[in-house]
Amino acid sequence: MIMTDIIIAGIGQTPVGEHWDISLRELGFKAIEAAIADSGGLRPQALFVGNMLAPNLSRQAHLGALLADFAGLTGVEAATVEAAGASGGAALRQGYLAVKSGFVDVALVVGVEKFTDAIGSGVEAALATTFDSDFEAVQGMTLAAQAAMLMRRYMREFDVPADGLSGFALTAHANGASNKNAMFQKAIKLETYQKAEMISEPINMFDIAPNADGAAALVLTRRGLLPIGFSHPLVRIAGSASASDRLALHDRRDPLTFHASRITVEKALEQAGISFEQVSLFEYHDAYSIYAALSLEAAGFARRGQGWKLAQDGAIALTGKIPCATLGGLKARGNPGGATGVYQAVEAATQLRGQAGANQIAGARYALIQSLGGPASTAISHVLERAE
Amino acid sequence: MEIPRHWRLKGQRYGLVGEVCPHCEAKIFPPRDICPSCGQEAKTLYAFSGKGEVYSYTTIYEAPTGYDENAPYTVALVKLDEGPLVTAQLTDVGDQPIQIGMPVEMVTRKLRQDGDERGMLVYGYKFRPRLAVS
Repeated sequence: MIMTDIIIAGIGQTPVGEHWDISLRELGFKAIEAAIADSGGLRPQALFVGNMLAPNLSRQAHLGALLADFAGLTGVEAATVEAAGASGGAALRQGYLAVKSGFVDVALVVGVEKFTDAIGSGVEAALATTFDSDFEAVQGMTLAAQAAMLMRRYMREFDVPADGLSGFALTAHANGASNKNAMFQKAIKLETYQKAEMISEPINMFDIAPNADGAAALVLTRRGLLPIGFSHPLVRIAGSASASDRLALHDRRDPLTFHASRITVEKALEQAGISFEQVSLFEYHDAYSIYAALSLEAAGFARRGQGWKLAQDGAIALTGKIPCATLGGLKARGNPGGATGVYQAVEAATQLRGQAGANQIAGARYALIQSLGGPASTAISHVLERAE
Repeated sequence: MEIPRHWRLKGQRYGLVGEVCPHCEAKIFPPRDICPSCGQEAKTLYAFSGKGEVYSYTTIYEAPTGYDENAPYTVALVKLDEGPLVTAQLTDVGDQPIQIGMPVEMVTRKLRQDGDERGMLVYGYKFRPRLAVS
């Protein structure tokens, strides 16, 4: 193991939304271009692309070569990393391992997803490929329906009131209001949540993050390789862990425990040498509000069945005990599939650099970020640290 | 063509055939050859009774391609009497309110149709409210 700091030297992102006029490759390039410029012009030797659905939605595989080519990086090592909704986190992990190993000096990690290349039932069918095809997808399941079943069971087992999970959406939208890259930049009221249209009971449209287009990128390198005059506060990757759970929800002994999530948080915190009380902010994977609740419990911030209360009592707000979704989370920033995990890293780095503007967490030192594929069938956690 | 991959699963789709672990007696569905309870090899076939109860459920209004003609439909996690959970649609519910804990039983129904009217029909298990006589 090379005992050297891996620094997030460059960050870049596009606004999340419906980019009808921008292609997959153009979207990816915008983020790449921004991240390389932000790094002071570091030249990547390897490109790791996080993407979930391009072969399906855009009829485009082989994104490594495509994006390297389009970004003027022809010749570099380049490949796609896929782990459903955790593809972005998985790409970050591969970039980290590559640089940490010493085989690669500068790695470029880009997450990109182009949902609007397809519409309607085709998008649901594409998302359903992330299920166990033979035993979940064949029953006509959707990701929202699966999350709805988790939420209903959770609310029943732990006596959660009908609007008990509203705090997650309210917090996310309040924080997204001042993120210019967020899909939704408007706070919502409790009544709005209470009156919202049902998607799959008990999940309403504010319990589900919107699928959208987006791309985010990171340039990683070792501390000693930073360009002379590098001006950003240093953000290092202090912990990195990935784990899988049984793919199908029905194969879990306890569907209401995100086991892989818990394992990766424990490992990442241990590598960083901190306990969960020292975490300054947590960018969880709130694709559904129930995922946020279960992730808070898995990470140790709440006991089993109590995670929802952290959202109701303000603990996850910017000024709370454990601020979450500090720039809107998946719910308000938007959920650009395989790009999401990279957005989380970009946002956490922004916080640790002290550049989060109105959403800045005062004195932020450690950020925990977590990327989930499905209901934590894959979980990937990183601890980012503001380095001295 | 997806015909072989559905044909391969005929035992599971029509008969709810899983496995029983010869080491720890755990009942396994879907079959997976390595026992999820004890980690040892488990390849002994076992036909489930098809009886269970609703662990959780919801309704799908916006369905994936191949299922959209049936929307809205109800899906559930069903806890089989022998232990495992399965993901399945509920059917023949009529006006009865569905509830967690509701007893259900397996039936064979059409799951989806591929393509146009000449496309393959995929049949498999769904669950209905348990009939009093059964």
